[in-house]
Amino acid sequence: MSYVANTAVERARMLEACGFHSIDELFADIPPELAPRSFALPPGRSELETVAHFRELADRNYSHLVKFVGAGFYDHFIPAAVDALAGRSEFYTSYTPYQPEMSQGMLQATYEYQSHICRLTDLEVANASLYDGGTALYEACQMAIHATGRPKVVVDGGVNPIYRRMLYNYTANLDIEFHEVEVCHGQTDRENLFGALDENTAAVILQNPNFFGVVDDHSDVTARCRDLGILTIQSVYPVALAVLKTPGEMGVDIATGEGQSLGIPLSFGGPYLGFMATRKKLVRKMPGRLVGRTVDREGREAFVLTLQAREQHVRREKATSNICTNQALCALRAHIYLSLLGKRGLEQVASLCLNKARYARERLGTIRGVQVMESSPTFNEFTVRLPMDAGEFVGRMIDLGFAAGFPLGRYYAGMENFLLVSVTEKRTRYEIGRLAEAMEAVLWQ
Amino acid sequence: MAVIFEKSVPGRRGVALPQNDVPVVGEVPTAYRRGTPLRLCELSELDVVRHFTELSRRNVGVDNRFYPLGSCTMKYNPKVCEKVAGLEGFVNLHPLLPQLRRGGMLTQGALAVLYELEQLLCEITGMHAFTLQPLAGAHGELTGMMLIAAYHRDRGNRKTEVLIPDEAHGTNPSSAATAGFKVRPAPTDRETGALDFQALTGMIGEQTAAIMMTNPNTLGLFNSEIQRIADLAHRYDAQLYYDGANLNATLGRFRPGDAGFDVVHLNLHKTFGTPHGGGGPGAGPVGVREHLAGFLPISRVVKRSDNTYALEYDFPKSIGYIAPFYGNFLVLLRAYAYIRLLGADGLREAAENAVLNANYVMNRLKDVYDVPYPGTCMHEFVISAKRQLDACGVKAMDIAKALIDAGFHPPTVYFPLIVREALMIEPTETESKQTLDRFIAAMRQIAHLCETDPEAVKRAPLTTSVSRPDELRAVKQMDFAAL
Amino acid sequence: MNKTPTDRLYLESHEWVRIEGDLAVVGITDHAQDALGDITYVELPEVGQRLTQGSECGSIESVKAASDLFSPLSGTVGEINPELEDAPEIINEDPYGKGWMFKLRDLDAGETGALLDAAAYEKLVEEEA
Repeated sequence: MSYVANTAVERARMLEACGFHSIDELFADIPPELAPRSFALPPGRSELETVAHFRELADRNYSHLVKFVGAGFYDHFIPAAVDALAGRSEFYTSYTPYQPEMSQGMLQATYEYQSHICRLTDLEVANASLYDGGTALYEACQMAIHATGRPKVVVDGGVNPIYRRMLYNYTANLDIEFHEVEVCHGQTDRENLFGALDENTAAVILQNPNFFGVVDDHSDVTARCRDLGILTIQSVYPVALAVLKTPGEMGVDIATGEGQSLGIPLSFGGPYLGFMATRKKLVRKMPGRLVGRTVDREGREAFVLTLQAREQHVRREKATSNICTNQALCALRAHIYLSLLGKRGLEQVASLCLNKARYARERLGTIRGVQVMESSPTFNEFTVRLPMDAGEFVGRMIDLGFAAGFPLGRYYAGMENFLLVSVTEKRTRYEIGRLAEAMEAVLWQ
Repeated sequence: MAVIFEKSVPGRRGVALPQNDVPVVGEVPTAYRRGTPLRLCELSELDVVRHFTELSRRNVGVDNRFYPLGSCTMKYNPKVCEKVAGLEGFVNLHPLLPQLRRGGMLTQGALAVLYELEQLLCEITGMHAFTLQPLAGAHGELTGMMLIAAYHRDRGNRKTEVLIPDEAHGTNPSSAATAGFKVRPAPTDRETGALDFQALTGMIGEQTAAIMMTNPNTLGLFNSEIQRIADLAHRYDAQLYYDGANLNATLGRFRPGDAGFDVVHLNLHKTFGTPHGGGGPGAGPVGVREHLAGFLPISRVVKRSDNTYALEYDFPKSIGYIAPFYGNFLVLLRAYAYIRLLGADGLREAAENAVLNANYVMNRLKDVYDVPYPGTCMHEFVISAKRQLDACGVKAMDIAKALIDAGFHPPTVYFPLIVREALMIEPTETESKQTLDRFIAAMRQIAHLCETDPEAVKRAPLTTSVSRPDELRAVKQMDFAAL
Repeated sequence: MNKTPTDRLYLESHEWVRIEGDLAVVGITDHAQDALGDITYVELPEVGQRLTQGSECGSIESVKAASDLFSPLSGTVGEINPELEDAPEIINEDPYGKGWMFKLRDLDAGETGALLDAAAYEKLVEEEA
């Protein structure tokens, strides 16, 4: 299949108009010795054959397993209107809105998206998007280091271990000192965390709810940090913000997070959505694009990319970040999702998650040998201790149709028997009951 | 058009959710509960549909208009790729599944896509191995710089600097600096538009970690000396980096791996036809020669002797995770579908027609606009509105705005930075001669109007819902959100 | 364009410096402000900070451009122009007067030789054009 429109006759005419005799002449600058040594790709094929091939590939994936696995990436309901609206090609076949007159739709949508993130987090300014929750956390860390001029960062052990690893990998070539503080009873360990703070500390990185699903109020942490000139960064789960104390209320300086739960399908890992919100006084240190409201020369309301002097296309090696292409369409999806759900809808999703997770926790707790970790309050995810290796257990549950949870031993030594179970509004009482029965079967039959 | 929050009506609902079917009520203890009201909209589904449909009408994509935005390769995005990316078996697949025990067997289709795409990208570029994790072009650049840093660290090299041509995209110096390198701009020979080899020779040294290049460069010119540059870099154990922003020009005609490039990144959303999404998501896979393969991010996907696919993690020199999972999977999937649709001949044909279209437009414009490098261009070319500015006071931006009224998306303006009043035009291969002729006519008409009625050009655009928003006011007002 | 004042010296990176007794007053030239366009933000060094000649000590932003600020002389920052935080456009309006940026004290002797006089600076600007 080729999507080239011009016919051989038209091409010949165009070549002639340029004074060329052959296509090869157009490539005369490529020395003959640099001709490809090989270009052995499969031959092209029709749309019909292509679709058949990809259907076959798609069918080899067990996407239908009942998902009790989350670990930061959740199986939430997505209204049909999200796909329909984000699927309008005026949006998805456009690019970065450098020409505002051609892009008011995307610019206004992004401004509204930024507003949504600010309203969720109770902060003053949000950017147009970053790649994902992990890179957003890394960008926040860089932002804090540049804003404070200090080299040390204290990281709470409840931060998603995938994100922590990304953070350390990105900074392997930089002089940044990380200090990790393990959680205490599932929550941030105040004593050890405060002990780690000093005059070299740029930032404290927290997560709420944390990787174990435990909720916390970090107001005391932010207060202590403020006294020491340390910035606080909190990675948050946006759906939970419908009911949980917000970063703004806690006095957090920079909130980041993974926006996948806001109308973006799991999609085997991407594309997802990194979001970031902060206080206005830090906006010039913020990475990524930013849309602002202004007026045009007739005085009509208009939207533009703004504060571009922070960005790579202006500031080059001194930019606040190297990000250029971001996740605009995913931000649009999140914005459409939030617009559809609205206040009551998002509150209801959060409350269904809470109820069902609580029910599942109680139900699984009745299984012989399963110990629910009754530490601190949780949102939609909780930890159970199994009488066997959790990795092995999950493998056996797959045969019964369940992705039963995430085995914590993968990231935490000594937690081989611990399973992280996640419940969203999509899970039914029936499914939770079946999960419990399947667990009993795997553990005791 | 009112922002969506102004349309909110208390009590209105856009989505119905299932009733709570469990016999408990979960409570968040007060101390952890939100204290401020949740201020989201309250709208019906139709309210929301009308709002976003209206917004879409105020937005222009490739499906609406010719979009010759230089360096962005705004080619047509085949609809079948969207269809493939919507298949349930991909869309609803949890990324942690293959990391669960025996989970790899549950995601064979998705792992096959990753593995086969890596193989195809290796063949297209002449590289040894690829990672698909980088989430955009700039993210690929950063990954590449991290790989180079890890390589030098492993070799015990003390390298501090990256040399980057002054015409390069801003992401290049920014990515190198983000990875911890000092950036030195290497000058372009203003006569030829090529990297000044003499100057480069004077700049390179033991401190040089890498030279970062785009070929063809941002002026749309292929650097014929590339092998000399590779040899020079390798003499100092500096790595030669290929920014794949312009790969569309040379598919099947030139492979960076054959010329000695050590690291490449590709922009799947440019070369391989995935939609640009209004600014993203893209994908920026990174390919390396054999000596760097051990440093690639984990996980890596492998094909086993029984023809099944699996993820592997045991690469002790790896730079580790740079994305949470395997990249922007649905973008990778679209690109894989695109390559399978076109095949070798289709890709070569794409490059040939991209270059033909660019040369055709350039040749038909060069008598009315200054073309600083008028030889054969590759897939794009740069013109300068210097003549119009000097003679009539019309700037490149004015010409861009006048194009809007003529029914086109403007080219890239004021880039590359080394050309005054630059307009960078990339037609792409999917545009027909009829479209190009209409564009050429519009550009010539605007050039004429610059001479006869320059004020009319400066008044443009007149056909859009807004015209020339006040950017200074935006910066000063700092209205970033409706709160 | 304003004429280049002859009562001060210049850096190739378009800063000016005027010696006032023990102090040196620093700003950017009319050419620099014109090239940047409407200035929207200035990041200045901190009072008490020790600067060396030619070192980067701040930045200036306009809508679509940014430029670093370099110190023409070595010295300690004694004062910064408090007006610029809220009204950076003063630099566009009066680059050689009210748009001054900071004052240096405890100057190192013998550094002025490295700077350009007004005529040499004007020549530089012409060559760059």
